[in-house]
Amino acid sequence: MPHNLIDRVLSGDRRATARLITLIENDGPQARGMLAALFPHTGQAHVVGVTGAPGTGKSTLVNELAKAYRKKDPAPRVGIIAVDPTSPFSGGALLGDRIRMRDLFGDPGVFIRSMATRGSLGGLARATSDAVKVLDAAGYDIILVETVGAGQSEVDIAKAAHTTVVVEAPGLGDDVQAIKAGILEIADVFAVNKADRDGVEHTVMALEMMLDLNHASRPTLHHGVLMPAESPAEPADETAAWRPPICKTIATRGEGVPALLEAVKAHRGYLEETHTMALRERTRVEDELHDIVGHLLVHRLMARLRPDELAHLVDRIVARELDPYTAAETLLQKMA
Amino acid sequence: MTDRRIRVLIAKPGLDGHDRGAKVVARALRDAGMEVIYTGLRQTPDMIVEAALQEDVDVVGLSILSGAHMTLVPRVVEGLKANGLDQVVVTVGGIIPDDDVPRLNAIGVKGIFGPGTSTQQIIAFIRQAVAGGE
Repeated sequence: MPHNLIDRVLSGDRRATARLITLIENDGPQARGMLAALFPHTGQAHVVGVTGAPGTGKSTLVNELAKAYRKKDPAPRVGIIAVDPTSPFSGGALLGDRIRMRDLFGDPGVFIRSMATRGSLGGLARATSDAVKVLDAAGYDIILVETVGAGQSEVDIAKAAHTTVVVEAPGLGDDVQAIKAGILEIADVFAVNKADRDGVEHTVMALEMMLDLNHASRPTLHHGVLMPAESPAEPADETAAWRPPICKTIATRGEGVPALLEAVKAHRGYLEETHTMALRERTRVEDELHDIVGHLLVHRLMARLRPDELAHLVDRIVARELDPYTAAETLLQKMA
Repeated sequence: MTDRRIRVLIAKPGLDGHDRGAKVVARALRDAGMEVIYTGLRQTPDMIVEAALQEDVDVVGLSILSGAHMTLVPRVVEGLKANGLDQVVVTVGGIIPDDDVPRLNAIGVKGIFGPGTSTQQIIAFIRQAVAGGE
């Protein structure tokens, strides 16, 4: 069955694709073997992240972007992963992004999967990047990843995607918001959605001013990678710097979406021309490896503990008999 | 160390616009630790089947208050079977006359929840039905 499942995913079988994503989400050991078998078939897709505050219109915009891609000739196959938060209290989740994506029904070239964060805090689920690999191997050319409604620091998407679209809407804050660290720094493309509302020019201007400042104060941090400052020996190459374009959209009417799509494609072209794609891929893989090692270590350690061992240490920390670092060292001795 | 969660699709087939019940159930299942995919109003049986397939759900809960259940529910059940989703537990909530209950049971609908059903009953049913399928 497992190898059969891999073959079916590679041939684009939708049910097998859905099944494998579930196995990965549930974190079973068999899923890792299957990911290993799929891995050589990945690396083809353009992964586009869509993030922004709750209610800015991310789902609607993803729906319209997918439609716009499907109208291209030749039409790329589009996979969508829509992430919503897991309740910290019950562990359950209400995944509602499909409500805005009903237009895509009936198109066999589109696959939509809703995913709960299951405790991850960076705006994605732990399984998101592995689900991206499954869709990539299944032959989806464009993979749109919609994050949870992001505040200011849910920036994991910048590591998982090639191109990050940050969705803003008028009236969300003054221009000081625009110079804070975090989500605005990770944008490759801005979409100012709900552009029929008052204040849209103000929002665009605040973003433009922020970008002007970025430009003036290089080196800049881009996708978590510190871009090298121009040294005197290396004259400034203005064409090499990507300035995130700002696209005004009205997602509910599809207005401005073709221009947004072109901006996303232009960014991909930029990544390829400047060879930053390879650099970003390296950084992404390094981060991913780091995360996986941490995850596996914690699980292996927990598997070695007696059932009451952890609770006992927690009791002692609560009673102030032990500090958390010493407790952690005690646990790590188990790995030796 | 597996992290298995019950996934439920809550869907409203047909044309009635009353989704309060569906939302109450969706919320209750979320609070019971399940992952609930809510797809909104006016879904066709084909849309529901396709969503169940892509989301790989354990349960499809249909909310119907229009009286069209004997038309809509068999289409969803047949569609699931045609796509190899025989394992999926189908439940129906809403206004279902007593006479129709055995007919729905006969086509494989395992849980039928009329007015007055507590959310606890629905949660208990789903937990048992999903555990029984494994």
